[in-house]
Amino acid sequence: MTDVAEAARQAVAMIVSLDPDLVEIVLLSLRISLMAMTLATLLGLPLGACLAVVRFPGRQAILVALNALMGLPPVVVGLIVYLMLSRAGPFGVLGLLYTPTAMVIAQTLLIAPIIAALSRQTIADLLLEYDEQLRSLGAGRWDLTLTLLWDGRFSLLTPLLAGFGRASAEVGAVMIVGGNIDHVTRVMTTAIALEVSKGDLALALGLGMILITLTLLINAAAYLINDLARAGAIRPPRRGSRRP
Amino acid sequence: MSEGCAGILPLEAEALCFEAGGMRLIKGLSFRLDAGPKTVIVGANGAGKSLLLRLCHGLIRPSSGQIRWLGPAGGDPALRQAMVFQRPVLLRRTAAQNIDYALRLRQLPRAQRRERIAEALQMTRLARHADRQARVLSSGEQQRLALARAWALRPDVLFLDEPTANLDPAVTRLIEQLIEQIHRAGTKIVMTTHDLGQVQRLADEVLFLHRGRLVERGPARKLLHAPESEAARAYFSGQLYW
Repeated sequence: MTDVAEAARQAVAMIVSLDPDLVEIVLLSLRISLMAMTLATLLGLPLGACLAVVRFPGRQAILVALNALMGLPPVVVGLIVYLMLSRAGPFGVLGLLYTPTAMVIAQTLLIAPIIAALSRQTIADLLLEYDEQLRSLGAGRWDLTLTLLWDGRFSLLTPLLAGFGRASAEVGAVMIVGGNIDHVTRVMTTAIALEVSKGDLALALGLGMILITLTLLINAAAYLINDLARAGAIRPPRRGSRRP
Repeated sequence: MSEGCAGILPLEAEALCFEAGGMRLIKGLSFRLDAGPKTVIVGANGAGKSLLLRLCHGLIRPSSGQIRWLGPAGGDPALRQAMVFQRPVLLRRTAAQNIDYALRLRQLPRAQRRERIAEALQMTRLARHADRQARVLSSGEQQRLALARAWALRPDVLFLDEPTANLDPAVTRLIEQLIEQIHRAGTKIVMTTHDLGQVQRLADEVLFLHRGRLVERGPARKLLHAPESEAARAYFSGQLYW
């Protein structure tokens, strides 16, 4: 018990004093996950919008596949990316294995389905409300899609943050393709796994605290943003408003 | 130009049918709507009133039969119609931007858009709400805004689907006045309602639907006071008829 208490004390001290190792790891984690979120958004959002608005044969099958991919096991993604990027693999010549780029690729593949599936749902819900009115006003498919993306912009941040949360909390894939190399590819989750096995609880605990705080902040942000979006939607009309 | 012709009107429906989920909901309707009189489509819930409006407006396709716009106006008839729904669908923007959105889709130049927005808000007494978020307006104000947006398009035909179904009497009266005003400005009004008082106040001619069929049609006064069909008689005297 005293060990744990001592480790916790040290962890807090490391956070407060901005321990350089800790800061380096946190910044690398954020950089990789933000990059992955950006790329996954560029892939997932148009796909989600397209699946929500356009009806085409095979759409149902894609939806089922997409929902299944949301639960993709990170280690499997890691394995696939590893096979692709390893020397013998098709992209081996690029020499990307055990670099931050490889980790971005793995995380992107992991969260693009999440962003696509969740944003499709958001856009589909909005479409249900807007469809007839916008067609009545003469909007084509393209106008319709752009309007849905713009009017749903606050709600659409939730899928992005969900993707970011998943990317930053994930350990299996980045461990395999990044290799957890000190100062190069060591991120919060892989560092925690390593430090725990080494018995250095202070750094692990410190990183754990930061990771949990980050997750909390992301969820709080998602909640606030949704609240904001809803305020424009279903806030009750003012009672007893003045009439001249 | 013969009587009843203006813009895209008259509208002719021929053997119009609509099916959904194996059920025949609109059964072989044929009629013609001329420019001029305010047409009110009346019938019990589920009679097919809303479906008929959507078919005429082109939001849904008939399973068989045809809708034809026979008027002298050229171009796409869809661009000369507008519709107001039972529950107003407003975009997550300000009141003025909601109208501007509709006008931009019709590719009106900016100056003309600004003029029409001001006019439409003025007419619906929403000018002081121009810069408020549309979705925080009261339901009466929202429906007026929907009407303002439709009117700003200067349609040949305005479809209204139970536009006052959820509104209090004062707002209902205001909406009815606005509908009269739009009618006087030369727009053909085609609306549904099951408020018999509203039929009396607004309708010039009535189409009575019963279970997807056009049972009776005629001048409002005649249908209200001396309907020929049993279904219409029961409906207008407030009885249930199956």
